[in-house]
Amino acid sequence: MATVAKSPIKAKHQRLVLLIVALVVLIGAALLAAWALRNQASYFYVPSEIVARPPEPGRAVRLGGMVEKGSLKTAADGVTINFAVQDGKARVPVTFKGIVPSLFVEGSGVVAEGKMGTDGTFVADNLLAKHDENYVPREMQDMSREQAQKVMQETK
Amino acid sequence: MHGFANPARFLRIARWLMPLCMGTGLVVAFAALGWGLFVAPAERLQGETVRIVYLHVPAAWLGMAGWMGIAGASFTELVWRHPLAAIAAKACAVPGAVFTAVCLLTGSLWGRPAWGTWWVWDGRLTSMLVLLFLYFGWMALSQASEAADGGQNRAPAIFGLVGAVNVPIIHYSVIWWNSQHQPPSITVGKSAMSGDFLVPLLAAMLGFTLIFAGVVLARMRAILAEQQAEARLRRKARAEVEAF
Repeated sequence: MATVAKSPIKAKHQRLVLLIVALVVLIGAALLAAWALRNQASYFYVPSEIVARPPEPGRAVRLGGMVEKGSLKTAADGVTINFAVQDGKARVPVTFKGIVPSLFVEGSGVVAEGKMGTDGTFVADNLLAKHDENYVPREMQDMSREQAQKVMQETK
Repeated sequence: MHGFANPARFLRIARWLMPLCMGTGLVVAFAALGWGLFVAPAERLQGETVRIVYLHVPAAWLGMAGWMGIAGASFTELVWRHPLAAIAAKACAVPGAVFTAVCLLTGSLWGRPAWGTWWVWDGRLTSMLVLLFLYFGWMALSQASEAADGGQNRAPAIFGLVGAVNVPIIHYSVIWWNSQHQPPSITVGKSAMSGDFLVPLLAAMLGFTLIFAGVVLARMRAILAEQQAEARLRRKARAEVEAF
């Protein structure tokens, strides 16, 4: 400490180095922890993951993906709906009884909370609509997604 | 940088910089909000509810920027013992917490129509809530350490740096745990957001950032004035005791 006290510049540099090392270690630890928790923390599956390694039936999980076009059907009782969730690689049939959010339509994103049934159908207790990162004005709504994106590219 | 160590010099600059930031910020923010709320188009899927974005995203940005301000000031405080650093950190805390709360509230109001829920324990939402609690904890610690160690500010500075770990977690939460909240629409050099929404949004972010800077400068001036008044009172009391 005696040498440090003699020269204030050294003390300053010592604090700087010490603090940078502490920060690097801290951020590294936090990132490692977050990285390790990445898969366990969410209980969140996309269809291809559910097909590849299905969770045991009865365990509460969340399934996220797109509502397959042409798959949405209302059952005879009027409140039960059946549809398929797909991610471009796999599809999972889903059944749900209740009121759906207003953004829930065929082709839109959805997060279903529920469990896997024994017959490979996902039984949802709750449906949440999911918005993707694309924001497209209403004037472009009649275009397909690809067309709209092309227009956006051109106008950028 | 140590030129600013002299509070008198800082006060001279802050005197004109504060109203400048505040004035331009208010004009830009209100113009951007007016544009976003009345001129910008509705979104294809979300309709009119998309307009919440013009408040939600600037609030989220400033909630995180506020903590980065605390962390940067804490670093300066710990390494260089800069006399204004602790004051700057203290000045960032309240506006940062307010913007974080605004972000959570507008997000909740937006989540109901867009997702069908007020709240979900998604990675982004949870890490943002943690940020709000960090602000509360930091403010409490800052008050307590002021009373305890007479302006040493060591404890809040360390807390400010440790808490900064949460900021990249908030940012990457939507990529690591992609569940309810969508991934970022605006990344460096690329936008998944049509220019009709993007331009007013960036204007709103600029406007609110200027307001934030104005508030921080105003609070720094107020804290400095408070400290000066306190020092004067103490000097006076000591003089009286000695005269007695």
